[in-house]
Amino acid sequence: MRLLVGLALLTLLVLPAFLSSYALTIFILILFYAFLGQAWNIVGGYTGQLSAGHAAFVGVGAYTAAMLSTEWGLTPWLGMFVGAVLAAALGAIIGYLGFRFGLRGFYFVLLTVAFAEVCRILVSNIDALGGALGLYITFTGNPRQFQFQDQRAYYYIALALMLFATGVVALIERRRFGIYLGAIREDEAACEALGVNTFKYKMLAMVVSSGLTGLGGAFYAFYLFSVQPNTVFGIPLSVEIIIRPIIGGAGTLFGPILGSFILTPLGELSRQYFGQSGLHGAHLIVYGVLLVSVVLFLPQGAYPYLRRLFKRA
Amino acid sequence: MTQQALLLDIQGLSKRFGGLQAVRDLSFTVAEGEIVALIGPNGAGKTTAFALLSGFLTPDSGRVVFRGHDLRGRKPHEINALGLARTFQIMRPFPRLTVVRNVMIATLGRHPRPAEAEARARAVLAELGLAAKADLPAGGLTLAERKRLELARALGTEPALLLLDEVMSGLNDTETGRIVELVRTINRRGIAILLIEHVMRAVMSLAQRIVVLNHGERIAEGRPEAVAADPRVIEAYLGDEEVSAAPA
Repeated sequence: MRLLVGLALLTLLVLPAFLSSYALTIFILILFYAFLGQAWNIVGGYTGQLSAGHAAFVGVGAYTAAMLSTEWGLTPWLGMFVGAVLAAALGAIIGYLGFRFGLRGFYFVLLTVAFAEVCRILVSNIDALGGALGLYITFTGNPRQFQFQDQRAYYYIALALMLFATGVVALIERRRFGIYLGAIREDEAACEALGVNTFKYKMLAMVVSSGLTGLGGAFYAFYLFSVQPNTVFGIPLSVEIIIRPIIGGAGTLFGPILGSFILTPLGELSRQYFGQSGLHGAHLIVYGVLLVSVVLFLPQGAYPYLRRLFKRA
Repeated sequence: MTQQALLLDIQGLSKRFGGLQAVRDLSFTVAEGEIVALIGPNGAGKTTAFALLSGFLTPDSGRVVFRGHDLRGRKPHEINALGLARTFQIMRPFPRLTVVRNVMIATLGRHPRPAEAEARARAVLAELGLAAKADLPAGGLTLAERKRLELARALGTEPALLLLDEVMSGLNDTETGRIVELVRTINRRGIAILLIEHVMRAVMSLAQRIVVLNHGERIAEGRPEAVAADPRVIEAYLGDEEVSAAPA
């Protein structure tokens, strides 16, 4: 296993030298969505609290970094951490409301969606934040402003984000915190009876998850040079965040990464293929078919299935 | 009554669900190291009383003092941390976690380092005869094994008082005998036990004192022989199938 991870890491490090600019773009997205999926995995996968509004944290992170940079001249390298803190604060508010008042299952899903939607509508109506059009960032190519002529820089930043989130999850997994999360997902009342403060650990999971997601917001803004409320706060982004870890294996360390390697190229290629034939949005059908197949045939996701195959061999 | 120090002191506990007075003005005590049985016909309010003691339900009135702490307003995990552990009548293992992980959730409270918690958990499992199953998913255990896992988890929190909710129901004679022995061993280590049980043979052999509930009220309390001979108790059980299994 260690050897496999080492080899994969080495491949990812040297890969950009061999990629066309189009392939590089796809790989940047693979790594970035793997990072977002990994951040979501903490609360959605390990803890089993289905947040369907994680786009809100990307949005808060993106707007914070962009505003601080354009209005105050603060470098996004710092702005991204301010964004992460604000996203974590929003996560704490959502978590408090959800967990204190015992919103479970669908009700928690609705709460998280509602918060993301409120953020989207609020930001769309605040002129100082660019309203519905959002913010545009002038390209200077200055690395200090998180801008690069060479696309490969974005690749390595996305890789670093993914590795960081995966490292955080690996660390959590093996500590008391992570062991508790797995039990909270199974049965909260039983946890309470065994002395586990379920509220505290669910809050912690939510805060770490939303903070990490917010960290990615800055990347989103400065990779695309723009932030629009409909894209960074929208339900489609939340779905993109959730679907990869679910297909790859929610609550596993490598699930979100595997899920992104399966889904991101598939999504991009089918988006392009269907887009050319005038069938915009048809790539969502591909997502749907894949999701249904996974739920039917691999309910634990692709990674646990692969692991079993390897063990048998 | 024993001369030992008071561990649990319940005074005037009441709980009402709509039109049903589930527990009415219930008072009794458990001393350190004692084994007390809570018995009564189905629907007498035993499990509700357990839920009130362990913080899963809030009493309408009354007071519970455990080791000098008033339990009012305390959450289940806080009560557990004070040293009061419960099992569930309907067992609640974490089915997808391994057996040892199940017990680790209990031992991590007092041993935050996973390696230590795991060692503790394995020791508890060995004591309860589940060592061979430690690394299997809990979902695959038999009923008797799940009962013992439930006991192992409660024990893993290192309680001073163990509330056992029907840990013998549904077991055959051999398995019941085994649990009776386990409960006795646990008690010998100084852990007080309050048990709800329908298996009268087990109750009579284990309990030093019996509290009888009917319609949420305490109708009798005392030594097993005295309670078994109490006409009010016989009346409460009359017509109930449990009577055939009663005092041997």
